[in-house]
Amino acid sequence: MSIGLQTAAYIAATVLFILSLGGLSNQESAKRAVWFGIVGMALAVLATIFGAGVDLTSPAVAIMLIITVAAGAAAGVVVAQRVEMTGMPQLVAALHSFVGLAAVFIGINSDIAPPEGLAGAELVIHEVEIFIGVFIGAITFTGSIVAYGKLAGKIGGKALLLPGRHALNAGLLVLSIILLIMYMNHAGSWTLYLMTLIAFFIGWHMVMAIGGADMPVVVSMLNSYSGWAAAATGFLLGNDLLIVTGALVGSSGAILSYIMCKAMNRHFVSVILGGFGTTTGPAQEIEGEMVPTDADFVAETLNDADSVVIVPGYGMAVAQAQQSVSELTKRLRAKGKNVRFAIHPVAGRLPGHMNVLLAEAKVPYDIVLEMDEINDDFPDTDVVIIIGANDIVNPAAQEDPNSPIAGMPVLEVWKAKHVFISKRGQGTGYSGIENPLFYKENSRMYYGDAKSSMDNLLGKIS
Amino acid sequence: MIIGAAKEVLDGERRVALTPDSARQLQKLGYECAIEAGAGEAANFSDKDYTDADVKVVADAKTLWDTSDIVIKVRPPEASELQLTHEGQTLISFFWPAQNGELLQQFADKKVNVLAMDMVPRISRAQKMDALSSMANIAGYRAVIEAGNNFGRFFTGQITAAGKVPPAKVLVIGAGVAGLAAIGASTSLGAITLAFDVRPEVAEQVESMGAEFVYLDFEEEQQDGAATGGYASVSSPEFREAQLAKFRELAPDVDIVITTALIPGRDAPELWTEDMVQSMKPGSVIVDLAAEKGGNCKLTVMDEKIVTENGVTVIGYTDFPSRMANQSSTLYATNIRHMMTDLTPEKDGQANINMEDDVIRGATATKDGEITFPPPKPKVAAIAAQKPKAPEKTPEELAAEEEAATKAAGRKQIGLLVGGAAIMALIGAYAPADFMQHFIVFVLAVFVGFQVIWGVAHSLHTPLMAVTNAISGIIILGALLQLGSGSWIVYFLAGISVLIASINIVGGFMVTRRMLQMFNKS
Repeated sequence: MSIGLQTAAYIAATVLFILSLGGLSNQESAKRAVWFGIVGMALAVLATIFGAGVDLTSPAVAIMLIITVAAGAAAGVVVAQRVEMTGMPQLVAALHSFVGLAAVFIGINSDIAPPEGLAGAELVIHEVEIFIGVFIGAITFTGSIVAYGKLAGKIGGKALLLPGRHALNAGLLVLSIILLIMYMNHAGSWTLYLMTLIAFFIGWHMVMAIGGADMPVVVSMLNSYSGWAAAATGFLLGNDLLIVTGALVGSSGAILSYIMCKAMNRHFVSVILGGFGTTTGPAQEIEGEMVPTDADFVAETLNDADSVVIVPGYGMAVAQAQQSVSELTKRLRAKGKNVRFAIHPVAGRLPGHMNVLLAEAKVPYDIVLEMDEINDDFPDTDVVIIIGANDIVNPAAQEDPNSPIAGMPVLEVWKAKHVFISKRGQGTGYSGIENPLFYKENSRMYYGDAKSSMDNLLGKIS
Repeated sequence: MIIGAAKEVLDGERRVALTPDSARQLQKLGYECAIEAGAGEAANFSDKDYTDADVKVVADAKTLWDTSDIVIKVRPPEASELQLTHEGQTLISFFWPAQNGELLQQFADKKVNVLAMDMVPRISRAQKMDALSSMANIAGYRAVIEAGNNFGRFFTGQITAAGKVPPAKVLVIGAGVAGLAAIGASTSLGAITLAFDVRPEVAEQVESMGAEFVYLDFEEEQQDGAATGGYASVSSPEFREAQLAKFRELAPDVDIVITTALIPGRDAPELWTEDMVQSMKPGSVIVDLAAEKGGNCKLTVMDEKIVTENGVTVIGYTDFPSRMANQSSTLYATNIRHMMTDLTPEKDGQANINMEDDVIRGATATKDGEITFPPPKPKVAAIAAQKPKAPEKTPEELAAEEEAATKAAGRKQIGLLVGGAAIMALIGAYAPADFMQHFIVFVLAVFVGFQVIWGVAHSLHTPLMAVTNAISGIIILGALLQLGSGSWIVYFLAGISVLIASINIVGGFMVTRRMLQMFNKS
């Protein structure tokens, strides 16, 4: 295939990728958009394989190509079919780590076998590109692995705060820059390898220091990094398609991180630096007590209600309660009640996590609303059911200026007539903040595992 | 310490400050209880009931006052009782220190500590000892019963074989605790109930009790009850006129009027004038709960029931709680018991008048020979203040603000552009042309990315992450190009890269597709 034809294929792929992302603006066009992405990817890969850069006549290359692509594709199919929707955050994190690792390998390869004919400024740029590509790739790799471990529950969700961690990170960064300068002065490949190890450590350390509730930001951030790693690799190889795609992914992740931070009223830097939960003063005293209730009362109240809003959180995902919730919704809707879902941007451990879970359970997407769409409706709502959510419905964010989450936009559920909180026990949420909502007069605690609680409720509502 | 409940001296007062139940609770706090013989008789608590609850029944008032460290009663003390007190004693009762300044001085001189139940501040924490509210509640209820007793018709409307009966129309003026209790009793008897209050923020409470709130056509900043601790205050003459006009309009229509309007520390405002009474139908009833302070109705005679020339009954009793002595004693005794709980944090039977505590500080009128009335304002407001409305901005101001914001944004953008251009120039000066070409592509792609991603629906953020995951597998291209290198290490590493990038591509796209299939419209 000629260079011209290959470039044409790349241009087509670029356009298709952009259309694929743009199509996600609504649910119906999204279904078509994913095909744009698939076709674009197929075009790009085929054009590369049959292009000048890959020598298919060499048996080693051909064999390796067939084996790895086939094995990778097979593994991808298995993973994609087996993954539970509640396990999406882990899967996404794991996939990020692959991109990171690939970027590291490609960078190292480029160091071992550099393209010929580079001199002067070009050589300098090339070396910087290798270094940056490997650096970002390595951070993405270990960061994603730690994120995966935390999300999958293999590593504790608590933030690990080493003493002097900011100084440590800064020191390591300076060391990396020194190694870069040495590398450019031809001190040898060991500088690159040492830097890789340092970057591995930074990635690990950075994500370890971030608590579980901040995971949506971390995952989006790693998504962004994986894009930048791809873009850096594109620079390294002089491949525009890689650059464009990497930049698209990188900016996508950056925007998602921004949206998540905004939804938590936190500064991006403070999330990345970790260490959440430092208060500026004593927390407001909470008056009242938590009043427990039972399924009979909840069912009775639901039967009398006209409008119901359900607020799901990570607890629903953990308990796998989405099917029962969906069934409950169906039955209430069959009785002519107005049932809607209120989704906070950071509910769950991944941007949009709750939407996917509810969609999986066949909850129609047009009754699943965003925070801004539904917040004004709570005063007219008869019953709010909160399933496994805590911080996102915490009135302290608005009422207590000393609260660690002060100023975070929250769902104003307390304005509804009745609020039922389905919760395992009396404990505080992920961030460890007391929730005054539970003590309000119109709140009732419906203790128990979210799934069995919902199933009990289903027994009482026919 | 011994808590003694004195028999009320005032004629006709039937309440008592201690019940057998509250005595049992007080004993748990470590106190011994005593009561004057026959004190509970009128409230249906016999001396035997008290003895059964381990309360010592003492023969006369003198013994009781001599032996008790703390004396509890209902009504403010009389001069005769002052003689019986001794130094260091504590008296807990209604006192009205603002009105009874002289008596207060005498108590202070005798070094008797006085805790006035009527001075308990109106904050959430003190509700359980707010005796004014519990008495007002009873008064409101009883006012409706008394009205019904003197009213010749049903409250509720009925259609019977013998004809149609219209429902009674009840107007409640003042929606404080007594007013709300009256509204509750009246609506549950089936009457059509209207209610009025100078504080517009109580309209919601009125409506929640099932009554209709009477609004005035009056354009003035209405008062905020929060400034006065939840009580009403004096209104302007114009407001008063509007209010009376409304009442005049309602007078011929209503059958029963219950007035509960009181302003703390002042005579009751006259709200139901003589001409209104005259315009009412014969057989109508007015119950004036403010009779003790002169009455809201001109014709009210304190402690009496009169019938006007045109057949309207005006009830001016002041002893409504006492008329339900058993109920009111139970509630009052519970209020006292809660007060003692707060006074005895250690549960050791020793009362500690802690002046740091907002509630106790508020109630304490004399302590150790000093008059401590009036108390400072409590730190916690009784009810949240109304938020002051932000002044409406004129269109010019709005336009000016918008312009300023646009300018600021413009300045910021220009700053960013200049900064960006400087960095570009710096890179351009040193980097080779080839790099700059790629750089253009990169920068444009970032811009396109930002524009496109903002449009993505929030609910599709997870599919977005999955699909970006898949397309970031494009890194496979780099690995593919390196496969042909001579070095075995490169060959091997590139192979792994191809493998994992393939997982990314295939897995990412497939899982995205799976997710998107699930999104269905209802």
